[in-house]
Amino acid sequence: MPVTIEIPTAFRRFTDGAPKVDCSARTIAEALTELTARFPELSRHVRDESGQIRQFLNVYLNEEDIRFLGGESCCVKEGDRVLLVPSIAGGSV
Amino acid sequence: MSDLYELRCKECGKAWGNAPRSFCEDCFSPLEVLFDYDSLKKTVRRENLAGRAFNMWRYAEFLPLPEGYIAPSAVGGTPLVASTKLAAHWGIKSLFIKNDAVCFPSLSFKDRVVATALAAARRFGFQTVGCSSTGNLANAVAAQSAQQGFNACVFIPADLEPAKVLNTAVYGARIVRIDGNYDHVNRLCVQIADRFQWGLVNVNLRPYYSEGSKTHGFEIAEQLGWRLPDNVVVPMAGGSLIGKIAKAFRELVTIGWVEEKPVRFFGAQATGCSPISSAVKRGLSRFEPQKPNTIARSLAIGNPADGNYASKLIRESGGWAEDVSDPEIVSAIKLVAETEGIFTETAGGVTAGVAEKLLRQGRIHPDETTVLCITGNGLKTTDAIAAEFPVTEAIAPRLDAFEAYLETQLPATAAARA
Repeated sequence: MPVTIEIPTAFRRFTDGAPKVDCSARTIAEALTELTARFPELSRHVRDESGQIRQFLNVYLNEEDIRFLGGESCCVKEGDRVLLVPSIAGGSV
Repeated sequence: MSDLYELRCKECGKAWGNAPRSFCEDCFSPLEVLFDYDSLKKTVRRENLAGRAFNMWRYAEFLPLPEGYIAPSAVGGTPLVASTKLAAHWGIKSLFIKNDAVCFPSLSFKDRVVATALAAARRFGFQTVGCSSTGNLANAVAAQSAQQGFNACVFIPADLEPAKVLNTAVYGARIVRIDGNYDHVNRLCVQIADRFQWGLVNVNLRPYYSEGSKTHGFEIAEQLGWRLPDNVVVPMAGGSLIGKIAKAFRELVTIGWVEEKPVRFFGAQATGCSPISSAVKRGLSRFEPQKPNTIARSLAIGNPADGNYASKLIRESGGWAEDVSDPEIVSAIKLVAETEGIFTETAGGVTAGVAEKLLRQGRIHPDETTVLCITGNGLKTTDAIAAEFPVTEAIAPRLDAFEAYLETQLPATAAARA
């Protein structure tokens, strides 16, 4: 299924400047695999040494954090947006 | 002279100089301000503080300020109240309340972080500043921006307490209400900071902003007579403050201003939003995000970016984390008000409620010195407790009406009078 991954500015140096990348995938994991296969330098920035999505990289499927959707095995459908957003907290204490 | 501080990645250690950025572009981990303590040791003297006013700027050398920065207003310098009645109620020998409910200018500890963030905003040439906020931060950004001549634009969850919205609007700040919870607002702000040249204090200015929190810790140590407490109970939302108080204590030890001693850090959350306390109690290395549902909206961050650092600090210090229900929060707000004359917002109710729980559990020892960190003012969250105080019936302005009132309401007093 074609889904669009939105690339934050910090990652665009690895995607030839592209702010969005279309992937054909059934799950978030597949979408990320396709993304990093196409842009191998991005790989170590998306996943840590143990292969997990980096601790401070939040992945959203449309409006929802994928951790509320069962993690990266959650299914995607045509037209979905996948957002990669650094984890920055803070309005409060 | 070059800066005595710069940004470093908390995970991979890469240096990033000084710039409006908050995460490492290599590993996406947070950046933190690292000081050159060897140089600091040579230049700062505790005795020099004697000539400075009691506010957060007396610790200027420990803050990431531009060289020669002249503070535009006095911020911080709040009371450390030695508790008598609350301490007696709980059976503790030595209890202190660090009362940032009266922090200047906007009545929460957020004034401290905004003060250092706006110094950085000035340095980096921003004209428009903003934040994602659960309320207190928006108040602080709006107030200090008004004074310092920044344009302010703040982003808040649409369902925020009316008093907190009003306390931002009055300063002329632009308020953008977001149809979502704080975590949605925060995510949007990260994307906005990525797209526009705005100084978002808790996003791209975050490393500078969060250093302001240290002054809460510096003041505690100084007000205790330059010594560290045994226990500190700190409310947690994003999980940053608890780490910055620990950093403040470490810096004072490094510089030789206080004697080293173990301090146990205790984190407080509302049960309706408790990702960090849950992680501590379950021994998780990574917290699990939650959908917040609590009256303690200033703590309602379900996806706390500093959550894993906070839980690690708590465990390593020998402390603990707990959470309390909404009714327990309300009871604790009333208890602090009735015993100490301090009206705290819901976050303070969380802190006091958790402290009571930890005492009951035996995790805080009653013979030790304990500090409760109260971070915000109850006047901002009156909605949360209004139901506790129904409006009473009015009486006629006549003595016989008052006597009748006494007989029904306070018969013992009425009988004594007779």
